[in-house]
Amino acid sequence: MVPGKTTLPMMPLGRGARRKNSQLPRRSRRQPAETGRRFLDLRSGEVDIKHPKVRHETVLPVRAPNLTMQYPQVQINHHYARLWTGHDFYPQFPSFATCSKELKECSGHVFVDSVPEFCLPETELIDLSTVDVILISNYHCMMALPYITEHTGFTGTVYATEPTVQIGRLLMEELVNFIERVPKAQSASLWKNKDIQRLLPSPLKDAVEVSTWRRCYTMQEVNSALSKIQLVGYSQKIELFGAVQVTPLSSGYALGSSNWIIQSHYEKVSYVSGSSLLTTHPQPMDQTSLKNSDVLVLTGLTQIPTANPDGMVGEFCSNLALTVRNGGNVLVPCYPSGVIYDLLECLYQYIDSAGLSSIPFYFISPVANSSLEFSQIFAEWLCHNKQSKVYLPEPPFPHAELIQTNKLKHYPSIHGDFSNDFRQPCVVFTGHPSLRFGDVVHFMELWGKSSLNTVIFTEPDFSYLEALAPYQPLAMKCIYCPIDTRLNFIQVSKLLKEVQPLHVVCPEQYTQPPPAQSHRMDLMIDCQPPPMSYRRAEVLALPFKRRYEKIEIMPELADSLVPMEIKPGISLATVSAVLHTKDNKHVLQPPPRPAQPTSGKKRKRVSDDVPDCQVLKPLLSGSIPVEQFVQTLEKHGFSDIKVEDTAKGHIVLLQEAETLIQIEEDSTHIICDNDEMLRVRLRDLVLKFLQKF
Amino acid sequence: MDPECARLLPALCAVLADPSQAVADDTCLEKLLDWFKTVTEAGSSLLLLQENPCLVDLLTHVLDLKPQNVSPRVLSFSLCLAGTFAAQEDCFEYLQQGQLLLGLFGEAGPLSWAAWSVPIVRSGWIRGLRSLAQHPSALHFLGDSGAVDALFSLQGDSSLFVASAASQLLVHILALSMQGKAAGSSSLQGSAWPACAQKIVDHVEACLCSTAAPQVTQALNVLTTTFGRCHNPWTEVLWGQLGPLVAHLLENEPIPAAHSLVDLLLSVARSPVFASADCGLWETTARMLSCLSPSQAGPLALGTLKLQNCPQALRSQAFGVLLQPLVCILRATAQAPGPPGVLDETTEGSSMTVDTLLSSKSACVGLLCQTLAHLEELQPLPQRPLHWPQTLLVEAAVIILKLCEGSVAPSSSEGGRLCGALAGCVRVQRAALDFLGTLSQGATSQELMLQVFAVLLETLESPASSPTVLKKAFQATLRWLLDSSLPPSSLDLGLPAPLFLKELFPVLQKRLCSPCWEVRDSALEFLTHLTACWGGEADFREVLLASEVPKLTWQLLRDPESYVRASAVTAMGRLSSQGLQAASESSGHLEVQQGLVGELLHILSVDSEGFPRRAVARVFTEWLRDSHADVARDTEWFVATVLPMVSRDLDWEVRAQGLELVQVFLAQTLGQSSPHCPYVVTLPKASPPSPLPEVLRTLCQLQVFDFAFRALFDCDRPVAQKACDLLLFLKDKTAPCSGLQEPGESSDVTSVEATLQRWQAGEQGQPLSTLEPKEVLAALRSMDLEGLQSRLAESSDHVEKSPQSLLQDVLATVAVLEENVADCY
Repeated sequence: MVPGKTTLPMMPLGRGARRKNSQLPRRSRRQPAETGRRFLDLRSGEVDIKHPKVRHETVLPVRAPNLTMQYPQVQINHHYARLWTGHDFYPQFPSFATCSKELKECSGHVFVDSVPEFCLPETELIDLSTVDVILISNYHCMMALPYITEHTGFTGTVYATEPTVQIGRLLMEELVNFIERVPKAQSASLWKNKDIQRLLPSPLKDAVEVSTWRRCYTMQEVNSALSKIQLVGYSQKIELFGAVQVTPLSSGYALGSSNWIIQSHYEKVSYVSGSSLLTTHPQPMDQTSLKNSDVLVLTGLTQIPTANPDGMVGEFCSNLALTVRNGGNVLVPCYPSGVIYDLLECLYQYIDSAGLSSIPFYFISPVANSSLEFSQIFAEWLCHNKQSKVYLPEPPFPHAELIQTNKLKHYPSIHGDFSNDFRQPCVVFTGHPSLRFGDVVHFMELWGKSSLNTVIFTEPDFSYLEALAPYQPLAMKCIYCPIDTRLNFIQVSKLLKEVQPLHVVCPEQYTQPPPAQSHRMDLMIDCQPPPMSYRRAEVLALPFKRRYEKIEIMPELADSLVPMEIKPGISLATVSAVLHTKDNKHVLQPPPRPAQPTSGKKRKRVSDDVPDCQVLKPLLSGSIPVEQFVQTLEKHGFSDIKVEDTAKGHIVLLQEAETLIQIEEDSTHIICDNDEMLRVRLRDLVLKFLQKF
Repeated sequence: MDPECARLLPALCAVLADPSQAVADDTCLEKLLDWFKTVTEAGSSLLLLQENPCLVDLLTHVLDLKPQNVSPRVLSFSLCLAGTFAAQEDCFEYLQQGQLLLGLFGEAGPLSWAAWSVPIVRSGWIRGLRSLAQHPSALHFLGDSGAVDALFSLQGDSSLFVASAASQLLVHILALSMQGKAAGSSSLQGSAWPACAQKIVDHVEACLCSTAAPQVTQALNVLTTTFGRCHNPWTEVLWGQLGPLVAHLLENEPIPAAHSLVDLLLSVARSPVFASADCGLWETTARMLSCLSPSQAGPLALGTLKLQNCPQALRSQAFGVLLQPLVCILRATAQAPGPPGVLDETTEGSSMTVDTLLSSKSACVGLLCQTLAHLEELQPLPQRPLHWPQTLLVEAAVIILKLCEGSVAPSSSEGGRLCGALAGCVRVQRAALDFLGTLSQGATSQELMLQVFAVLLETLESPASSPTVLKKAFQATLRWLLDSSLPPSSLDLGLPAPLFLKELFPVLQKRLCSPCWEVRDSALEFLTHLTACWGGEADFREVLLASEVPKLTWQLLRDPESYVRASAVTAMGRLSSQGLQAASESSGHLEVQQGLVGELLHILSVDSEGFPRRAVARVFTEWLRDSHADVARDTEWFVATVLPMVSRDLDWEVRAQGLELVQVFLAQTLGQSSPHCPYVVTLPKASPPSPLPEVLRTLCQLQVFDFAFRALFDCDRPVAQKACDLLLFLKDKTAPCSGLQEPGESSDVTSVEATLQRWQAGEQGQPLSTLEPKEVLAALRSMDLEGLQSRLAESSDHVEKSPQSLLQDVLATVAVLEENVADCY
């Protein structure tokens, strides 16, 4: 490597035209268009579904007026495509000549040459046009939002916190920018033919739902999707059609990341998505509010439970320092927000101790500037330490100082200013972490052939081996330091002990050790009672029944009530009212006055057509003590009284009057033949023993 | 007692007796008690009390004042003091005449006072009685005063100190009452115990039969102390009487006070009285080993194995108990548990061990840590079993470390649960690494050694390893590398250690770049030790120089953490001594060397922390001693450059190390110190020492004397001592040169002495005029260095420790308090 300032890093024009000099031509030499350049040939995109690189989308469909909850819907977003770097595929598989233009081979792997395509969220289970509400837990799991909101007939509302929306927009903007920079006329489709696909080598043959894959959305669709989002703050209570109340809580994972409480008056369900108990930049996780849950739905645990984030940061720093000290460059494929803030903070503390003060750090992303600036303004969403800095006033993140001292420089792309400032050895943070598009592709090409350089993978979403596959053979060192701050199983165990939900619901994968480490019994959820698990596309009935509803009583009606204390602390009152139900809210209103008989001619309005209220009879309560009752009867002149015990109570037999009084727990019957006077007399005697109200 | 103290004593007693004058400091009272103890041990207590009636007055006054008016501290002090005086029988009688002792220690005394609720008073009461219980009269007093009964109840006191002291006093009383009876053990059979002893024994017996665990524990504690302290024949009779009761405890489920029971058995077994007799002890121990839980049996097994006279069968059983957890681990992870026969005993009770290991994570971790620590303790002892299952132990340590790493995939369900319990457990990892380190000395097969190095490398490499685990892993690695007695030159033989080195260095490189300073520090220490041992081996040198390690070590000289800088200095010093410095591409070896001296001098002169500067001073001394090439090139320049820096250093250790450097330099220029063994074979010196006058002149030019004289009056005693030794050495060496001194030239000496006196007075800023050899010689002769040496040998607080000073201190403290009170108005 030539130290010092050089011109723009050069990308080779093609395999045959690769220059010996490792410098890129200046911007002006790249005109007029970028198409046709080797590094722009972004081909797409298959998916390896075996690897658990899933993003959990929270989709809560709510259908008014009857509440139905089907959740969680775990959606799998596959954001990655493959880069063609090799030869045509058909010589090895002559029978596939029809799709030979689409398939390319590199170092023994077959790739699809296409515009990158994306696997959409599951739509077969739910008709998205019937979904009323979507809750977004964090900015990483909203990348498919335009696909849901734009072409499915979705008319509902989306709820998310402000940082989630702003940083989510940045991530989408970066994605769109990366894809649009390298336009390609057609998507590969022939290989998707099932007859061909099943004959392709793995992993292509295992890719699912390939027919549903779509090209990337546009910025217009992004803006339209984002306009449907309603901003919410932590602990804010949002009424959904009166049926449930939804509250976002800090989850400690990312700026504005949320867990959700979904509760009615008598039931509480907590939805725990990507959460972290580590001390990183976001506001700490709110555990207290999750207590007393009937059901806790647990998703978004760490993808790499064996990798301790602290150890990984140590690895990251050590390997970075080793490379740079040897005169090599370090490439960090990453998202423009999230862990990068913590990495920059670690480096801020580390670079002086490691003697790296003179090494430039470059952050290259179309949204680099916005990301760094946004992080500094969301003070209320940050951890306490960073919040308190704002009042000093100091920038919460130390990357401000790195920028001020010119140690960290950020650029929208490798073109323009970057080409003037570029010095080696250096450290570059850029996307996309899949290595299929974005500026990272340039640096892989530029630095891949030297063993002095290192690429350090920090994002846990992608298999680094898969990401690197199209770049083989590769001389540069590869280090895998996945930094996933989300909950691991030990932390989950502590959390559940603290929160003590009645039931835990989680994906099936969390209830058994990972397939590759079947002996690690510690890498699974261990709680009592055992968690309920669900599989893909499974609909679960949550283990609780709704028994009660809350009903409001109008004040004027409440005024008219006359409660009677029947036991200490318990009073009863009879209510005659009209139950009015709207938006799942129940209100007791005073009954309408009886219709005036004089206005018989006037046509009644439909709404006035309420049932006439009958004259109210008093309600009775209490029990009749048989012995005393008999005594009373005797006092009133009845003789020849016989009492019989029955299964449900007693029968008092007035033999002389041929009358029978049947006393049971909840009823009393006086049976006498056509002697109304006697019956009324007896009734009055019975009533003396009962309370009326 | 010295008259000045006697003069101060009445005032002191008055202060103590005055409730309004609180003595703020407990330690003063403790020091006073120590002093009184020294005084009474040296002479008659009775005479002391008669000459200083204020002391008895104090005790009487305390008793008269009633305790609510006396501070608990003074009350406790008075009780201890009375006990100290009453330790002599005549003084005891004297105090008894006035019923003073009964008032202080009897049932009507403190036991009934409100102050009894304060633990310090109860403690003072016990300490007083402990001092007092030295003679037959005291024994009668104890029996009559009801003190023994009070002690029984104090065994269960809420204060652990009081409870323990009560228990120990009971043992003391028992031993005292048995003192005359020790001769004939047969006479003790039956009920021939003295009354006091009988009472205690009866109480212990009753407690042993009790169903309450605390009572049993108290009884066992008394017996443990008894057998630990008293080695007279009567203890055998006592065990004969109580042993069956102790054995009976084992029939309970669960066994009460198991830990105390273990202590008792070991205490009895260690007693020389039982060296030849069996008394059912071994049988009880064997039973206990088999019925205690694994974690309780561990300490008993270790204690049993440490015994000299234990039957072989019991030793085997005990060793089996210690090995059980490891065997269970090996079985659960489907490793063959060593050759058959060695561990036959371990099958018994293994289910209980498995249950413990699998019951919970904390139980598993606790048992394993305990077992590993016990075996580690046993390993270097001569008593360790002859058939030491080295292979099994190494295998077990390796598999435990793998379980902690999560890198072993056991097929059994037990193995899976063990893996779940141990994965990522730092405690067990540390214990296993310590244990593995100690196993390096045994003979291990090459195959197993490969496994050891593999697991050590895995631990060192793992990003999940915590700094403490890494430190232990480095230590264990070092031990295995050095103890495997395989120098790197055996590389061709394909032996593990050298092959391991090639894999180790990339890891070491990474650890030297760790963001955690503890890790960088551990890695540097490891490098230093390894280089010290293997620096001369060609293969090691090759691997080291091919790596980035020397370069990274150099860079760590500028580390922000001072500990790391210090370790880097030591490591670079060692690497440089062995010629293993990084050869920069741009500069030659010489420049690198010069650069290193310059870098170290820079640290010595400007580093704000003491540790790196100390390290530099040590490295320079080593370099001088070993005739490091850079130093040997121009030793005088080197000394002249270093001395001004170290002599003005604020850290006394740097200054002391500077004197050490001067000592080495002098030894090289003047020859070794004279008093050495005449029979020692010495190599002929390459160059004879230079003529003395010339050397002296050089030393003057290098300002060695300036440094040494200045250091003589250093405020830190070790520096002054070292300077004194150094000057004495010079005086000895320069004695033949005394002829240089001409009569009439003493005026120069006067000026030197004047300066030295000013330095002594603390005016260290005063410069010393340029010294000439003659002046130096005269000054050395005129100074009483021998006297200074003996004064410096005394501890720095010898003046302040006098009793007179103590008494003055107490009085002064009270006076200050009074002044403060006055100030308030």
